[in-house]
Amino acid sequence: MTSSVITARVKQKQIAQLITGGKRLDERGLTDFRPIQLETAIIERAEGSARVRLGKTDVMVGVKIGVDTPFSDVPDQGVLTVNAELVPLASPTFEAGPPGEDAVELARVVDRGIRESKAIGLEELCPVPGKKAFAVFVDVYVLNHDGNLIDASALAALAALLTTKVFNYEVKDEEIKIKPGYTQLPLRNQPVAVTLAKIENKLVVDPSLEEEQVMDARLTVAFGKEGKICAMQKGGSGFFTVEEIMEAVKIAQGKAEELRKIVVGG
Amino acid sequence: MKVPKKMPERLISEEGVRLDGRRPDELRPVKIEVGVLGNADGSAYIEQGKNKVLAAVYGPREVHPRHLALPDRALLRCRYHMAPFSVDERKSPAPSRRETELSMVTRKALEPAVFVEYYPRVSIDLFMEVLQAAGGTRGVSITAASLALADAGIPMRDLVAACAAGKVEGRIVLDLNDREDQEGEADVPLALMPNTNAVTLLQMDGQMTIEEFEQAVNLALQGCKQLHALQREALKSKYVAVKEEVGEE
Repeated sequence: MTSSVITARVKQKQIAQLITGGKRLDERGLTDFRPIQLETAIIERAEGSARVRLGKTDVMVGVKIGVDTPFSDVPDQGVLTVNAELVPLASPTFEAGPPGEDAVELARVVDRGIRESKAIGLEELCPVPGKKAFAVFVDVYVLNHDGNLIDASALAALAALLTTKVFNYEVKDEEIKIKPGYTQLPLRNQPVAVTLAKIENKLVVDPSLEEEQVMDARLTVAFGKEGKICAMQKGGSGFFTVEEIMEAVKIAQGKAEELRKIVVGG
Repeated sequence: MKVPKKMPERLISEEGVRLDGRRPDELRPVKIEVGVLGNADGSAYIEQGKNKVLAAVYGPREVHPRHLALPDRALLRCRYHMAPFSVDERKSPAPSRRETELSMVTRKALEPAVFVEYYPRVSIDLFMEVLQAAGGTRGVSITAASLALADAGIPMRDLVAACAAGKVEGRIVLDLNDREDQEGEADVPLALMPNTNAVTLLQMDGQMTIEEFEQAVNLALQGCKQLHALQREALKSKYVAVKEEVGEE
């Protein structure tokens, strides 16, 4: 009865063979994403939220705004925290408990895209430098795992941040007093991640869970608005040649533009 | 974060109308969907007012760690968990004492309905994720969880439906919303297997007389029966959808 996560060896061979011939199990082209569905502002309680379905992969992101103390090395900036939960309802292989290395990697790669592209105007989120800053919590919640959690999560995070509102406030005696009403979270950039898997020495975009089990290695490249790379992560136990890396980056750049249009429009 | 809003002072008007426009004996609007997750063996999604809860079942499957396996029945495990963004102040994703208790009471509310003795030495794992909380999440979670069990094809004596009744500004009301829950005088969550009239969860906090308690219990029972009808409907419409997909006569 339990859905198996082990891909049968015959299927593994089939996936590999198809890819050698430029085809994939689900009939996608090598550089095609699965169908993407996006919903935004679905959790009224959260200051921002979005849900992305990438094929059968299903990720929800909620953004919460709190008040915190700024870090001492950047006393004049708001605090960004990205966390990912691989909750056990998303996959028979996920277990309850503190985040494991996969969850931590997922959170950190999404974090890196947002942070390094300077997507959030953190310097606008520190009303009392050194003492009081706003904390932006981006919580990635995986609801169904069917591969390529990074791209789905990064996309949902961007969509959620685009809908995020910060409550109005005034500063009194170095304390933040919350007032009715909201303003938009200052967003400067729109980071989008694109992941490629290397299977049989070919690069495929948006690997499914079965493809992830067959792949030698994967590479995630995140791009900011003007086509600048803002984060990268190599995963898997295999390797890439420099040529493969350059090819992957070029494919990813084109794909990132396509994905961004889904979230930002135009 | 909680943003201050102008709040009316009374939770129930002279005419007996509540802040969200309901009468005292009215449930919040309910939306139920069965079979919503791809990986789980059974799943359900429910919205009750502003509550949004997902439940998923994995199993019957091998027990890990093995020594927890029971020789004569399945091990039913439940996890009630809230998303960090489900409440006004971000909640740490680490399980709180409240979540630990609710995981236990939901298990005890559901176990009487499941033929656990049909599946010795395996586990049935139930996960409830509160995506948005607005009062009465334990009831909503149980209602969703029993549907997820049914969706997984696990033999059950009945569906379990749950909701709360309580006392707000001196009146007994059904299905408290979050403000009524926080500012009301008492709260009685209750779970029911309607076919056998078996109450499988009963808690109470606050203060009320025996008469008020009895009234609240009766009201909660009515609420459970209404939810039970909605559960059956949701389960049926899933089977109809499957049938249409398969194209059988």
